[in-house]
Amino acid sequence: MLADKDRIFTNIYGFQPWGLAAAQKRGDWDGTKKLLEVGADAIVEAIKASGLRGRGGAGFSTGMKWSFMPKESKDGRPSYLVINADESEPGTCKDREIMRHDPHKLLEGALIGGFAMRAVAAYIYIRGEYVHEAHRLQTAIDEAYAKGFIGKNACGSGYNFDIYLHRGAGAYICGEETALLESLEGKKGQPRLKPPFPAGVGLYGCPTTVNNVESIAVVPTILRRGAAWFAGIGRANNTGTKLFCISGHVNKPCNVEEAMGISFRELIETHCGGIRGGWDNLLAVIPGGSSVPCVPAAQIMDAPMDFDGLRDLKSGLGTAAVIVMDKSTDIVKAIARLSYFYKHESCGQCTPCRVGTAKAGKLMQEPVWDGATLEDLAQVMSDASICGLGQAAPNPIRSIQKYFPDEVSEAAWKGKLPSPGEPLTTEHSIHGETK
Amino acid sequence: MSDVNFIKVDPNFGRDFAWTPDNSKTVAVHIAKYPAGRHSAVMPLLDLAQRQVGEQTNTQGWLPVPVIEFVARQLDMPYMRVYEVASFYTMYNLQPVGKFHVQLCGTTPCMLRGSDDVMRACKDRGLAKGRTTLDGLFTLTEVECLGACANAPMVQINDDNFEDLTYDSMYAILKALTEGLPIKEGDQFQTVSGEEFRKLYHAVKTGPQIDRKTSCPVDGPTTLKEMVTANHDYREAL
Repeated sequence: MLADKDRIFTNIYGFQPWGLAAAQKRGDWDGTKKLLEVGADAIVEAIKASGLRGRGGAGFSTGMKWSFMPKESKDGRPSYLVINADESEPGTCKDREIMRHDPHKLLEGALIGGFAMRAVAAYIYIRGEYVHEAHRLQTAIDEAYAKGFIGKNACGSGYNFDIYLHRGAGAYICGEETALLESLEGKKGQPRLKPPFPAGVGLYGCPTTVNNVESIAVVPTILRRGAAWFAGIGRANNTGTKLFCISGHVNKPCNVEEAMGISFRELIETHCGGIRGGWDNLLAVIPGGSSVPCVPAAQIMDAPMDFDGLRDLKSGLGTAAVIVMDKSTDIVKAIARLSYFYKHESCGQCTPCRVGTAKAGKLMQEPVWDGATLEDLAQVMSDASICGLGQAAPNPIRSIQKYFPDEVSEAAWKGKLPSPGEPLTTEHSIHGETK
Repeated sequence: MSDVNFIKVDPNFGRDFAWTPDNSKTVAVHIAKYPAGRHSAVMPLLDLAQRQVGEQTNTQGWLPVPVIEFVARQLDMPYMRVYEVASFYTMYNLQPVGKFHVQLCGTTPCMLRGSDDVMRACKDRGLAKGRTTLDGLFTLTEVECLGACANAPMVQINDDNFEDLTYDSMYAILKALTEGLPIKEGDQFQTVSGEEFRKLYHAVKTGPQIDRKTSCPVDGPTTLKEMVTANHDYREAL
């Protein structure tokens, strides 16, 4: 288990106050000026050396991403840092804890990250449903301005940097970086075609880097304690600590910070009191939020929970939102509910996703699945959709076909047939649209 | 949607919409956040307008066409661009909602922990999905993941989360809200809703409905146990 002294988010549960004075006591905003004095390039190099990979799901090297930003503006366009706090991936609830219990870690990280990529300002895009979290974050921003930590001559460094908070209004798609930028510009949140990438043409047509809340919030601690410290936790290429959100059929669901590469078994036994009904009762796990394929019990039990370990299982770490399902789960219903989610959240821009998610939902309501048609549809959606939503939407369907084909077979259907007159499904189900 | 029991709306509702003095100041703050000539402030302004309508009607507010037109004029945007935004995002209500907007999460993590039971409690209290109760008190909406999965199942009522629910606790919350009982604040904090709501609000405990601190494991933390009683800078231990 990760030692308490190596934890970054020490106030994750909010036992202590979140305000500036308490945050400083925990070590935030301590000598930030000195951290900046090493210079922008040295900061980027340190983050590269730490091995930090983006915590929002894709797992791309954060330092590398920062290095794509222009070092000087040749045409007068400013650069922006945009922080993705539109936490909407089903199963994920980690950024919320950072923003409501340790907001100053995020703000200090924003200043340092923004300085390293020569940005003039950071926009934090928080999902609209996080009303109180937004309120608290705004209060923290005001505190930091009042102390001179951000704004003109931030922390006495001679560098000017603003942080603004922008609230979303309920759209999963705005977690996709270009949709987020569209939304931030006051439009519908529909993803842009890439290229051009945001580092070239992003917010308001200016160079922009979009980072997850957790990726930014760990930066000050990495710099204070050294890249080698962070790189020394976890496994090669999967370094550092990670917030895990464990939900579903464990005895004690919780959020917890752990070392990357911790085994699934240790994670659940140490922090969640085990699987409900014991390990023999485990059916399957979605290890990284709804967009990654689920993994059956036997494969996940002793698997290392990191990017490469889960990739080897043909799944992914995603946002480290671990959704645990025991044998009482109606796996088809659970997975079909995720498909309904994608149908509901599709932005409607491109046909494979708009039509595909609806069609998939219809096909999945059939008691006996037409496997060939569903696979064909899944292929089209993952090949031809503009953004990750449409590409990931068929993942749940594919994991059923791959791991639980018997559940949607004719034999299973005959076994489950209701007596005459009874409906096939319960009311609160994939049919769950307004009736 | 023809059988939806609408709250009766005056067709001229919203034509005399104008910001209250306080909101006028907030509008200026929002507009100043973004570079001149950009329309980014449309989202905060729509939200603010909806909240103002809510305060005026003692509900959670909605966006009638004249109000959307008002926002469009203020930001010098075509009406259609603003309407696009208002209709794209789920949190903008294009028809009236009740005093309490019950947003029930039914996505898989909540479903696994029993959101069906929570839905049943709503039904047993007379709420129906996509509808407003005849007394105008409750609107029930099934929403997608609200990002509190370690505390599933949960609902958001107006701006507040109610987490770790069961059939019984959900039933009790709705009953308390109906009767306007006095209630304490849980883990959550200052609400930004109107005065009238504050009075009623103190009738229910927000946050986790079981004995639990936020998303900490239910019988106490497995990590950072010293933080429970005092603030620590763990680097001192290095």
